[in-house]
Amino acid sequence: MDARFDLEMPESCEEALTLLAQDGAVPLAGGTDLIVDLRARRREPRLLVSLDRVAELRGIAAKNGRIEIGGRTTVTDLVRSPAIATAAPSLVQAGMAFAGQMVRNAATVAGNIASGSPAADLVPPLLSLDADVTLISTRGERTMPLAAFFIDYRKNAGQSDELIRTISWQRPPERAVNAFYKLARRKGDAITVTGVAVTVAIEGGRCTRARIALGAVAPTILRAQQAEAMLEGKALTPALIEAAAHEAAGQSRPIDDIRASAEYRRHMVKVLTRRLVSQAAERLG
Amino acid sequence: MASDRAITLRVNGRSITTAVPAHRTLLEALRDAGFVDVKRGCEKGDCGACAVLIDGVAIDACLTLAWTAEGRTIVTAAGLGKDELHPLQTSFIEKGAIQCGYCTPGLLIAAHSLLAMSPDPSEDEMRFELSGNLCRCTGYSKVFEAVKDAATKMAAREAHHD
Repeated sequence: MDARFDLEMPESCEEALTLLAQDGAVPLAGGTDLIVDLRARRREPRLLVSLDRVAELRGIAAKNGRIEIGGRTTVTDLVRSPAIATAAPSLVQAGMAFAGQMVRNAATVAGNIASGSPAADLVPPLLSLDADVTLISTRGERTMPLAAFFIDYRKNAGQSDELIRTISWQRPPERAVNAFYKLARRKGDAITVTGVAVTVAIEGGRCTRARIALGAVAPTILRAQQAEAMLEGKALTPALIEAAAHEAAGQSRPIDDIRASAEYRRHMVKVLTRRLVSQAAERLG
Repeated sequence: MASDRAITLRVNGRSITTAVPAHRTLLEALRDAGFVDVKRGCEKGDCGACAVLIDGVAIDACLTLAWTAEGRTIVTAAGLGKDELHPLQTSFIEKGAIQCGYCTPGLLIAAHSLLAMSPDPSEDEMRFELSGNLCRCTGYSKVFEAVKDAATKMAAREAHHD
């Protein structure tokens, strides 16, 4: 590769953070985005800090109903985890539709979040789960809702010396459905045209929680909060679901590109939101 | 910046020492060391032609920096069989899953990784685990036939050893 940079391979998180505090240093996790960007000269860091040997950043833990995953956890780790299968089915669905085997084996949760791509497939599921992100640097640690992390197209709230240490969320209630659908031009190895993730909980015939997260239809991945508010506290009738799906489409701000037109994307937000919420309502009876 | 460092890579049971700079990918380092069965394709992680096993996990060598592979066990397609061809390799030949051959090493690696996880894979599993390997000749049908065939051969061999 023509790009020029230094490379450090620390063995501990502490050592990695000290290196990342230097000017021009960036973390290297799976490399499936960063190496491609370096080769194309879209980014020109002075120092790469490989997280390959920082074992403490990788893993999935469940305690007291809370799921916590290390930033270095790979997409393959997610897809094969029994804990994720029950606590976050949408994340498994996103992992199953994520690139190809070799990329899934390397790509990490933190990398997918930090890429800031509107088509990052792990993000709508995590937003639908109300996930928090914990950032760490030599200056300390801070936790924020993942929704607050995304600022604009490829722009996030992380500072250059910060690492995504963990992503965590409270397991959804027993009577909840959590699901993701990725619309793309092929089933495998394809970039998302429109991705929708939902969490729907129903108690006593009324919707007690509605989360609708939209991917690839705005400069950042976003929650359709007005649509969610329309559903919460109500019985999920077909007419109400239709109206909320229409509202979600109205909140999207898609663009025309090589994969689909803005008009088609907006239409598919409505179709997929309606479909996923209806299926959830049906399953929860 | 970018000064060479001597690294030792364990490839197909051999130890290779090579002096490379930080920005050299594993793909480049392997090909320069003579492992030309590892193919250079898209260099974006889309095509899977450069797949190798690192500690048993299939990885795109074009997205991996050579320094980070030091101390790991690397296997390329040519290293899958020991003294004879691996059942996957004979099945690919017998079932006509090879045409131009460019994608074949990567497909063998991805298929090997699939069978290690799931010795009798369903059609869906095969499509899922091989979707990161692009082949413009075969249309994939013969690839799936070959993987199925190899799985059967390997199961029979396993039973024989028991």
